[in-house]
Amino acid sequence: MNPKTISYIIKRLILAVFTVWVVFTLTFFIMHAVPGGPFVGEKAISKAAQQALEAKYGLDKPLSTQYFTYLNDVVHLRFGPSLKQRGRMVIDIMADGLKTSAKLGVVAAVLALVVGVVLGAAAALRRNTIPDRIIMVITTAFVSMPSFIMGSLLLVIFAIKLQVLPANGASAGGLILPIITLMLYPMAYITRLTRSSMLDVLGQDYIRTAKAKGVPWGKIIFGHALKNSLIPVITYFGPMMAYIVTGSLVVEQIFAVPGIGRAFVSSIINRDYMMIMGTTIVLATLIVVMNLVSDIMYKVVDPRITLE
Amino acid sequence: MDSNLQRLSMQVNVDDLLPASEKEKEYMVKMRPSTTAFQDGVRRLRKNKVAMVSFFIIILITLASILVPLFWPYKYESMLGITPGKPVDASYNNLRPFEYSKTEQTRIEAGEKVFPHVFGTDSSGRDYFIRVVYGTRISLAVGFFASIIVLVIGLLVGSVAGYAGGMVDIIIMRIVDVIYSLPDMLMVILLASVLREPLGKALEGTVLEKIGSNIISLFIIFALLYWVSMSRLIRGQILSLREQEYVLAAQASGAKAGWVIRKHLIPNSISVIVISTALQIPNAIFTESYLSFLGLGVNAPMPSLGSLASDALNGLKSYPFRLVIPAIVISLIVLSLNLFGDGLRDAFDPKLNG
Repeated sequence: MNPKTISYIIKRLILAVFTVWVVFTLTFFIMHAVPGGPFVGEKAISKAAQQALEAKYGLDKPLSTQYFTYLNDVVHLRFGPSLKQRGRMVIDIMADGLKTSAKLGVVAAVLALVVGVVLGAAAALRRNTIPDRIIMVITTAFVSMPSFIMGSLLLVIFAIKLQVLPANGASAGGLILPIITLMLYPMAYITRLTRSSMLDVLGQDYIRTAKAKGVPWGKIIFGHALKNSLIPVITYFGPMMAYIVTGSLVVEQIFAVPGIGRAFVSSIINRDYMMIMGTTIVLATLIVVMNLVSDIMYKVVDPRITLE
Repeated sequence: MDSNLQRLSMQVNVDDLLPASEKEKEYMVKMRPSTTAFQDGVRRLRKNKVAMVSFFIIILITLASILVPLFWPYKYESMLGITPGKPVDASYNNLRPFEYSKTEQTRIEAGEKVFPHVFGTDSSGRDYFIRVVYGTRISLAVGFFASIIVLVIGLLVGSVAGYAGGMVDIIIMRIVDVIYSLPDMLMVILLASVLREPLGKALEGTVLEKIGSNIISLFIIFALLYWVSMSRLIRGQILSLREQEYVLAAQASGAKAGWVIRKHLIPNSISVIVISTALQIPNAIFTESYLSFLGLGVNAPMPSLGSLASDALNGLKSYPFRLVIPAIVISLIVLSLNLFGDGLRDAFDPKLNG
């Protein structure tokens, strides 16, 4: 690795850490700007009880003290107790949710990548034929459909009308529909991306040279064309993971998947502030790290690229 | 020339100085009026069938969302089963498309004409068609105004950074970098969930109360987070335009800053600005519907396409059409706005065409 790449990676790392810190600080101050604080809610409680609660959770101390205490806690992965689910720690709830969500997200991402690249390459190689047209029309439709609409429609068709797949994400095979919902948009996007970059590469001189030398067709496609046309797909890796994380918020809601996304949404509805802060910070860190990985991979694969 | 050189003297050819004959003049006649860049773009756009169909669909949907509520006999917020001083008539609730409630049926039997519930009614007995129409209006309006906000802030910050350069530029661009790398959706959800309560109180009694705290908080979020890519684009545009030879030439021939801005910078960046604003609209509609779906969007009873879809989830088993209708409308709007925006880009800015 050349020194330029290394210095780029270091710069990128610093920006990532800084971004996570900004997210943390924003989250902290936004949550503390809520008038009345976390205990003003549905039930009216006595002044004394409220003060006792505030003392228990350290909310009576000055804001700056609270900020540094919480920062220290978060660095040590202590996110405090859930305010609504009595007796449970935020970190435990999140760890439980992450197990399911990670399964959902990883499978969706891998499927989107594999299917997207295969379809995109096929469309590029069969350019302007009927299969190509069909692929393009379908992917255009998928790209313009919000994930919650897609999820609800799949739910209506497969779980309610046809009754072939379970609607509840917690049951056996229940993750099939959520995975399909989450993968369709990135798959469509990757298909279009691969197709256009593959068409680009197929028009390059070195492909013609390889053909002229008599390199077998399969070797041209896999050794030259596909390898080079995957570079733009790498840049999409970060945005794709961000899409899957935010998409999982609604998809887990629709299919009642017991994941971290549903925990986040219900913590917003219940005004469980400790939980909201913890989940936002964890999910944001996840997205920032994925973007970092994607940018670094891009740089390592093709050192000619200069990113700023 | 050759003959002149041979003779080492200049002889003026008198023929060159004669007035042009009619035949010669014909060469100079314009075959057709010259076209401006704008007319060129419009011509290219018109040839693009996909973009024109999308444009037609957008116009149709927009007009329908404005005009239909004017003559439709039902209102989006009125629960038809509730008449003051009478017991609640539950037969109005959950009607299927073109079904009538008991009261309406007796009126029809009596020979009265009753306007049909084209899409039925919802669980509170509200006419679903007018709710979809009104929801479309809200979604379109939110998308449009949010894009305008993004445009204004992005234009201001971007052009300041581009013009000023130096330290100002560096500071602004670092801020932009950080906001850009924030996970936007998470921040949006966080802000939306926090802003609605204090805003609701702050707005009480003002004109803005009617719009609702949630929509206002949505606009604030757009103003806070979504201007960054627009400002980056405009800054880049101004930086690159400033370096163009024709700007240098204009300056060399004594043009003042105002002239350069009016005649070179604005006309050359306007297409990029318009195109990215157009592409911002579906984005904003998408975000609004996403938030409404999570229950952070418009205030009830006001509908938006996202909140209609979200409400429909409760009665999904029996009334799937209540989900399918807003789903189709929202996909249609986003799809045609995107396709039209792409068409605009292809027609007006060949440089952007990646």
